[in-house]
Amino acid sequence: MGLTFISSQTASSDSSLDFTSGIDSTYNEYLFTIVNYKPVTDESKLGFQVDTGTNTSYGQTITSTSWKAGHAEDDGWSVLSYNGDEDQAQGTALQRISYSGESGSNEMTSSGTLTLYAPSDGTYVKHFTARVNTQYQSGSDKYAIDNFVAGYVNTTTALTRVRFATTSGNILTGTFALYGVS
Amino acid sequence: MAKTLIKSLTASSSSSLDFVDGTSDVVMDNTYPVYEFHFVNMHPATDSVSFSFQVNATDDAGGDYDTSTIQSTYFAARHYENDAAAALDYNTGFDKALGTTYQVLGEAGNDNDQSISGVLALYDPSSTTYVKHFTVSTNFSHPGDITRNSFIAGYINDTTAIDEISFKFSSGNIDAGTIKMFGVS
Repeated sequence: MGLTFISSQTASSDSSLDFTSGIDSTYNEYLFTIVNYKPVTDESKLGFQVDTGTNTSYGQTITSTSWKAGHAEDDGWSVLSYNGDEDQAQGTALQRISYSGESGSNEMTSSGTLTLYAPSDGTYVKHFTARVNTQYQSGSDKYAIDNFVAGYVNTTTALTRVRFATTSGNILTGTFALYGVS
Repeated sequence: MAKTLIKSLTASSSSSLDFVDGTSDVVMDNTYPVYEFHFVNMHPATDSVSFSFQVNATDDAGGDYDTSTIQSTYFAARHYENDAAAALDYNTGFDKALGTTYQVLGEAGNDNDQSISGVLALYDPSSTTYVKHFTVSTNFSHPGDITRNSFIAGYINDTTAIDEISFKFSSGNIDAGTIKMFGVS
């Protein structure tokens, strides 16, 4: 079978996009594709949180890592570094997965994927990996920033829902699709 | 790009999980240019052991997964649950320089809720011209209550076709976990 499409949502100045169905024991692995995320508020980062049952607090405990590779369009700068401000140690905040988010030029967006392993499992913590690339602008300089985030939701309770939101303001545009991997 | 499920194996106190071309519906030949192995919640029976893989070439069919030479890199991001440390490091203890032992993918603890999950991609294993490249990304619960996101890549330094692959922990059994093999076309 491979990838099975489950659902998708397209943002239109939404405070969040919540996937509240289709995440269960049907698949052992779920893949979210994120295409052309753009926030209303400049430099607002895309993040996600999860919840159990029919709960809506989206404040599960997460331990995570975050690092990035970056390169300036003028070839004057490049980096490979750990993002000490973007990870969580048993935190309950929105887990940031994009390095930034650009509200300026229409063409500047962020795209990538989030993989969630065995969310319905009742025994193990819930591992996740994410990779999101952003066209980022600082002053007149533009950059490609490839952001890698991974970790686990430190609960053995089944996860049933995933929320995408930004660190400030609303999600202006972007298409988020959910697939089952089997 | 399409992924076709070829075989799913679930561990139950298993010494290893092996995918062998032509056995139990497994296909690992020139049918697909890329094969992916998705391993989910691999849980060791023994604490502080490394989940790992090795292959057999067709000239060592049924062998002990100890003759194929691997050249690889290994780096990982890590973060303690107690926030004691966080970093992105190259790990010289887990890479290989034409080594023939199993390639480490990650060290999982065996607390009841600890495991390792990830994806291994093996490129063109049936080639008889080129070495066989592979890339791996994992996340695992380290025994020290650390999340680690590891990236491993390299090549099997052999121009002979590869048609067998084995996954196991460095010591003890695979208590539980599922590995799904996909063909990518």
